Amino acid sequence: MSSLDALGPDVTAKSRIKPKLGSDDWIMRGYMIVLAVYLIVALALPLYAMLSKAFETSRFDLAQFEVQVSNEAGAYNQPAATLQQLNNQGNFIAEGDLATSSDGRLALTKFFPDFSFRSPVKYRLRGLNDEAVYLVGSERFEGTKPAEFDSNTFRKVVIRPIQGHGLANFATYFSTPALFQSIQNSVFIALVSTIITVSLAFGFAYALCRSCMPFKGVFRVIAMAPILVPSLLPGIALVYLFGNQGFLKQFLMGESIYGPIGIVVGSVFFTFPHAMIIILIALSISDARLYEAAVSLRASKWRTFWTVTIPGARYGLISAAFVVFNLVITDFGLPKVIGGQYNMLAVDIYKQVIGQQNFQMGAVVSVVLLIPALIAYIVDRQVQRKQVALLSARSVVYQPKPSRRFDLSCLAYCALVALFIISILGICQYAALVKFWPYDLSLGLTNYDFDRMDGGGWDAYRNSIMLALMTAVIGTVIIFTGAYMVEKTKGFNKGRAGFQFLAMLPMAIPGMVLGLAYIFFFNNPANPLNFIYGTMAILVICTVTHFYTVSHLTAVTALKQIDCEFEPVAASLKQPFYRLFSRVTVPVCMPAILDIMIYLFVNAMTTVSAVVFLYSSKTTLASVAVLNMDDAGDIAPAAAMGMMIFYTNVVARLVHAVVSRYVLGRTQGWRQR
Amino acid sequence: MFKKLAGGLLAGVAVGVMSISAAMAGELTVYTAVEAEDLKKYADAFNADHPDIKINWVRDSTGVVTAKLLAEKNNPQADVIWGLAATSLLLLKSEGMLEAYAPKGVENLDPKFVDKSTPPTWTGMDAWVASVCFNTVEGGKLGLTAPKTWKDLTKAEYKGHVIMPNPNSSGTGFLDVSSWLQMFGEKDGWAFMDGLHANIAAYTHSGSKPCKMAAAGEIPIGVSFAFRGAKSKAAGAPIEIIVPEEGVGWDMEATAIVAGTDNLEDAKTLADWTVTKKANEMYNSGYAVVAYPGVAKPVEHFPPNLLEKMIDNDFEFAANNRKAILDEWQKRYDSKSEPKG
Repeated sequence: MSSLDALGPDVTAKSRIKPKLGSDDWIMRGYMIVLAVYLIVALALPLYAMLSKAFETSRFDLAQFEVQVSNEAGAYNQPAATLQQLNNQGNFIAEGDLATSSDGRLALTKFFPDFSFRSPVKYRLRGLNDEAVYLVGSERFEGTKPAEFDSNTFRKVVIRPIQGHGLANFATYFSTPALFQSIQNSVFIALVSTIITVSLAFGFAYALCRSCMPFKGVFRVIAMAPILVPSLLPGIALVYLFGNQGFLKQFLMGESIYGPIGIVVGSVFFTFPHAMIIILIALSISDARLYEAAVSLRASKWRTFWTVTIPGARYGLISAAFVVFNLVITDFGLPKVIGGQYNMLAVDIYKQVIGQQNFQMGAVVSVVLLIPALIAYIVDRQVQRKQVALLSARSVVYQPKPSRRFDLSCLAYCALVALFIISILGICQYAALVKFWPYDLSLGLTNYDFDRMDGGGWDAYRNSIMLALMTAVIGTVIIFTGAYMVEKTKGFNKGRAGFQFLAMLPMAIPGMVLGLAYIFFFNNPANPLNFIYGTMAILVICTVTHFYTVSHLTAVTALKQIDCEFEPVAASLKQPFYRLFSRVTVPVCMPAILDIMIYLFVNAMTTVSAVVFLYSSKTTLASVAVLNMDDAGDIAPAAAMGMMIFYTNVVARLVHAVVSRYVLGRTQGWRQR
Repeated sequence: MFKKLAGGLLAGVAVGVMSISAAMAGELTVYTAVEAEDLKKYADAFNADHPDIKINWVRDSTGVVTAKLLAEKNNPQADVIWGLAATSLLLLKSEGMLEAYAPKGVENLDPKFVDKSTPPTWTGMDAWVASVCFNTVEGGKLGLTAPKTWKDLTKAEYKGHVIMPNPNSSGTGFLDVSSWLQMFGEKDGWAFMDGLHANIAAYTHSGSKPCKMAAAGEIPIGVSFAFRGAKSKAAGAPIEIIVPEEGVGWDMEATAIVAGTDNLEDAKTLADWTVTKKANEMYNSGYAVVAYPGVAKPVEHFPPNLLEKMIDNDFEFAANNRKAILDEWQKRYDSKSEPKG
């Protein structure tokens, strides 16, 4: 059946100017819908489950219970009263204190101010509906069956709350200083880290781009190294450097590294490469003609810097700032390791869920954390869009000229930054090899005996590699084909816009929030996908979704570079789209595909925040093991595992470089003439 | 290339499917908070008697395991809980999550270690007792005298030199707080903690970390538990394990079958085994106090007077007041900007 018949005569008449839809188009649209369903299941529905959890409240319902009190002789000559009536008379519990968590308990003795456990008075308790639940000690009773207690037993009776919906959790959140203080802390830390990181990264990128100093390649490689380790590794290094037994402790002049200082220094370390690479790109596209103009107008270097360089790189700077802000405010590993008593939002989620089993409050903090992350994300998207428009076809690439003094100072600056990065990694490796810090500094491999520690041992390491490989392969297939469908499908604008929105969404969702949302959604027995809970599959899905956006953008950028004439030509030759896809599109985009794969691999190795809620006994992960070993106080093995992740990622990068070179030779020959 | 990627995808899916088909007869998923280094030993000892039942451990700290179990309330993944704080098991019991079962030979155990319901929903294994780890080298450098009592820890000389677990994230932290409230009474208990808070350098997330930090000299005094102290001391750390004179809080590790397990027979076999004399002898390697009377032998580096200093712990008080205590604690101490309650 031809597609025209399927559309019917009316449609063909109306859509005269639209291109005809072939069977290829329908396949592509169908596939796009399949991927959209994937994103809805892996992202939108879990987020919805989390939001509804935040509005799930627990409250003591005093009208649910009725108590009758006997006199000292044991005769019941008073009428029974509901707890509500008792409370109305005596006002024992304020209305606001009736809101609680799902684990709340309320002792009934609170309603009887003259209660004494020695008294011969007896109490008759009755639930007034089937939902009434009370405990005697730890024994659970529910329903409307009446029960009688002597005074000594009655003091062990507590009632349990009922579930409802509303804003009560948010009210509790904002009336608990220990909780909402974290908002201020998180924003403060993120702001300070952003300012420092962006300034440092700008200097570094400027030196790489605008000086003629030697060793540029080396510096570039070193600057990118922090991407290859979990964000909590710098925290561990800082403990060894500046902790109470650290050899640079005196540099802090009595200040403690546990707290804001440690979080900021660690954040600068792990966000530095992200900011550096964005600013580097922004600087490298600036137009040399503007500098020529500045020179011919005799503008001073200082003036040129502020009127040409900074405005030219402004979008890069703003974008870098928001990316760093977002990374810091949503990071969980670093403040957990080195934050001390300084509460941050991401750690609060963990403390609420893991420490207090208060899932509702965990969801509330998640919603709060979502807000700054969303704002940062939206601003970044706006700015990124403008950046592209800045580059015109006539631009001339700026070529730096040698200047001994400037080049030397650039070299010194970069060397200093590189020293900071190398020493953080170096101290971790050293600490991992020391037998018993600080009392036995001889070297050995005892800390690599992971099987004797918390966190899953060497299995965790193997699982991580498995996860990284599966994420890289499956993720790249899903993301690249998805991007292809969005780019090359004809018409269907609404569908494409919808898909594009779904693909951009993951970037705005902090990992902790995603992980928690996955618990709520997938660990629900009514969910037909429940069976993936606790398996490697859910870790892969979660990780692919978490890192979807950047990979999607990489793919879209690569696809946009391919001439749109290919499709009509293929169609006129009666070639199906998948042949074109496999013979032309994929080979041409091979560099981008390899970049997506390495990006997914490295991030799957280092990610902690999303998977910390989702791993199981069979799927422990190396990055989570670092966290858990540090948590248990086994800091040296944690450093050892962190460095294993680093070396694995270095090897992966080397393999990527070799394969890229080979593939480039095979498939990209057409780029050179 | 596309074919290769597709092949990779298929392989990935196949692996995913393989890891899904986990729950099988002859296998038990056991949730535990037992120290990781002991798990292999526990499984090996059990498998020596029952080689046909494979144990899949899910090990994490007390809080994490409890959270996991509660999260999975309507869809339990665990068959058995072996080695989780009794306080946590009481919590699970009041949610109706435990299968009542009297393991064969339960009558041999000290009744203090068995749930009072008939049939019991949980049975105790061993007790895990709070104590203070004091680093003699670092303490000497700072000129500190070793504290003898809990109240000593509020003295000004220890300011910034004490670390303890956060009760909101650590079972050990909670047993400390609940024992102080039981020993000193509500009012004096909080007054004591106000004083202690002024000296605390940081609250850690886990209960073993304070002692490990003291062992590493990162802090001179770590409020932790005796088992951890004995281990670190055996590893060569210059620490002294102090049992404060007022008495020390404790919690027990316990075993229970999870209601709704699809492998009840094997679960019962395991529960039966966990109360045997042999199992208790095994628990004794790390714990000075075990549920089976007459089994306990002295453990190396364990403080000798520990037994008599254990308070008469009211677990129901701890479980039923847990939320109220934690809320109050959080209000008073869990915010840097508001150190005093």
